[in-house]
Amino acid sequence: MRKILAALVATTVLAGAAQAAEVFPLDRATILSGSPFDFKVEFDAVVKPEDVKITVNGQDYKAALGKEVEFVAEEKNKDKVLGSAVILRDITIANAGDYKVEVSAGSETKSVTWNVYGTPSQAKAKNVIFLIADGLSVAHRTAARIMSKGMTEGKANGRLNMDDVPPVAFIGTSATDAVATDSANTMSAYMTGHKTAVNAIGVYADRTPSSTDDPKVENIAEALRRQTKKSIGIVSTAELQDATPAAVVAHTRKRGDKAEINGMLFDVKPEVVLGGGSAYFLPQATAGSKRKDDKDYISLFKEAGYKLATSKSELATVAGANDGKVLGLFHTGNLDTTLDREFLKKGTVGKFPEQPGLVEMTKVAIDTLSKNPEGFFLMVEAANVDKMSHPLDWDRAVVDTIEFDKAIGVAREFAAKNPDTLIVVTGDHTHGVSIIGTVDDEKPGTEMREKVGTYAEAGFPNYEDKDGDGYPDKVDVSRRLFLNANNGPDHYETFRPKLDGPFAPSIQNEKKEYIANEQYKDVPGAVFVQGIIPKSADSGVHAVDDIVLQAEGPGADGFRGYMEQSDVYKGLAEAFALGAKQTN
Amino acid sequence: MSKLVEARFNRRQTLQTMSLGLIAGLPLFAAGSRAHAESPISFDELYGKVSVLGLEFSEKVKQLQGKEIAMRGFMAPPLKAEAQFFVLTEIPMSICPFCSTDSDWPDNIVVVYLGEKQTFTQPSQTIEVRGKLEMGSWTDPETGFVSLLRIRQAEYATV
Repeated sequence: MRKILAALVATTVLAGAAQAAEVFPLDRATILSGSPFDFKVEFDAVVKPEDVKITVNGQDYKAALGKEVEFVAEEKNKDKVLGSAVILRDITIANAGDYKVEVSAGSETKSVTWNVYGTPSQAKAKNVIFLIADGLSVAHRTAARIMSKGMTEGKANGRLNMDDVPPVAFIGTSATDAVATDSANTMSAYMTGHKTAVNAIGVYADRTPSSTDDPKVENIAEALRRQTKKSIGIVSTAELQDATPAAVVAHTRKRGDKAEINGMLFDVKPEVVLGGGSAYFLPQATAGSKRKDDKDYISLFKEAGYKLATSKSELATVAGANDGKVLGLFHTGNLDTTLDREFLKKGTVGKFPEQPGLVEMTKVAIDTLSKNPEGFFLMVEAANVDKMSHPLDWDRAVVDTIEFDKAIGVAREFAAKNPDTLIVVTGDHTHGVSIIGTVDDEKPGTEMREKVGTYAEAGFPNYEDKDGDGYPDKVDVSRRLFLNANNGPDHYETFRPKLDGPFAPSIQNEKKEYIANEQYKDVPGAVFVQGIIPKSADSGVHAVDDIVLQAEGPGADGFRGYMEQSDVYKGLAEAFALGAKQTN
Repeated sequence: MSKLVEARFNRRQTLQTMSLGLIAGLPLFAAGSRAHAESPISFDELYGKVSVLGLEFSEKVKQLQGKEIAMRGFMAPPLKAEAQFFVLTEIPMSICPFCSTDSDWPDNIVVVYLGEKQTFTQPSQTIEVRGKLEMGSWTDPETGFVSLLRIRQAEYATV
């Protein structure tokens, strides 16, 4: 009996030794010198404060990190004790170099190394325009080119604006907790230089249930405010609280904290804010509000000196304003797609007929921001490329890619006249989508599947752009591109554009499983496609494939070869010299 | 209006097949539980004004407040198994990747509090809900779900 007990004790000790403390920032974190961040150590066990030892490059941490840690005896998830923790908020490391942080308490030890990087003191670029199409995959680009410009004998009949921005890097988009990824952690990596967990923005994901106590890292908006007098602009066709625009300004473990994110947007006060999501600006008593408090952010922004625009025409009016602060809200939720807004008048266009598009918003943003002699940072997001790729609505995703390309054209036009402008064009993650050929209504028979042309049978699509607006005159031509996802929920493939409104491939049943939406069952020729992802998934999912990053202008040489998404921030920081105070 | 006539017709049919329906667990209106005719109202009629700066309830909604109404839509899957209400939507709930909170729901939803427990329907099934219309912000004490329009003491049937 004693032997067994001894054996048990031994096992327990071994198991204990195998459990290591967790340190934030994580091992191999890259940190802009002088940028504030939170340091946290999570021990698996409850430990005594006097047993906690922390050294930085072999010396007691207080010298390197400047302050004493706060000790938390027991972190809890409801009643469950998670272990002890130490936290140190808002620390900075001024000097570049590698910092080995060693932590121990009782049997737990952990060692991480951070790389702190500086930047040249002289900025390479006065302005940066960061153009991102959410979910932008290679298929979206190819389809946009063919739909917009056409193709003859295998050669494109024209070039997109993005075709002339040199591709310079492949970006790895994985999260800290999974090989797969979402728009929160991906954009957060771009905007902070730190990778984080799925659904997290501007923080490392700690173990406590609260979404607001996680260790923070500085984002680009805060860095610009700290080191420069540049203006900041955010333009998106999504809700302004959605993950991508949120990552410019926010800190939360949960991207769903949209009411809180709106408050963080107000705290930073970017000079130009254009997009959707007015529901989070309205106090709860106003119908259409999605707040749970009485805060009226419309009034707060106005009091802070912002001119408000709520329609395309009002946007044109405030564009002429010379005082530099514009809040444009054009939808309670996400803006409609270009195909719905400009052509089909479906979706929610009937309710919000006066929505501007990404091109108008980008123009107004650049016009307004460029009035600042100190320069500006502008983030432009084409959100619907992703929002329409999820429900496998490829026509809408591709037409929004064309709109995105036109916004790139606006940015390039500005950069041509202002060569001190760096332009970055990329996506935040990919989708599992490819073009495999065409669907040709003229092929014989009634089975739509037999009308899919592959290899030589594909021929070329017959989109036309007679009015020369860059968009196909219609998407429902007789021989059209056939895009397909490599994953999805159960759904019906109709082989046709969805002219009555965005595709809703599946709907949820009472077991919270997504089943094929029978609305499309009787479309002539529709075939049932069995899903290959869990039934809890409502739509196609993000792919783990690398993203292509393109850049031109001063500082474009900061992006090369394979890069982790977090490394892109270093390129931006170098272009703006964010490691040094910009006094001029 | 023709739609409602059809609904009544279907209801009669449902009542005729009531015993079968009960065995199959189909949701039914309790026979004869409503003394008065309900006023029909549709999702299109909820708001008089839709703008970025807020929605305004229609005159019809204001007039029908506190009165018996009948409304058609789709039952969103229950938010939580123990929830005392369900959400009535204009179209079946489909894409909502981050619908973990009420904030991501469409703005034209109506929350339905049932008078008596009823079984759930398939999400692609159109239902007609009858009950008393209630207007104004209300936070469900159990779930924290905020709603602006509710149907209280409600019952529903498939149509």
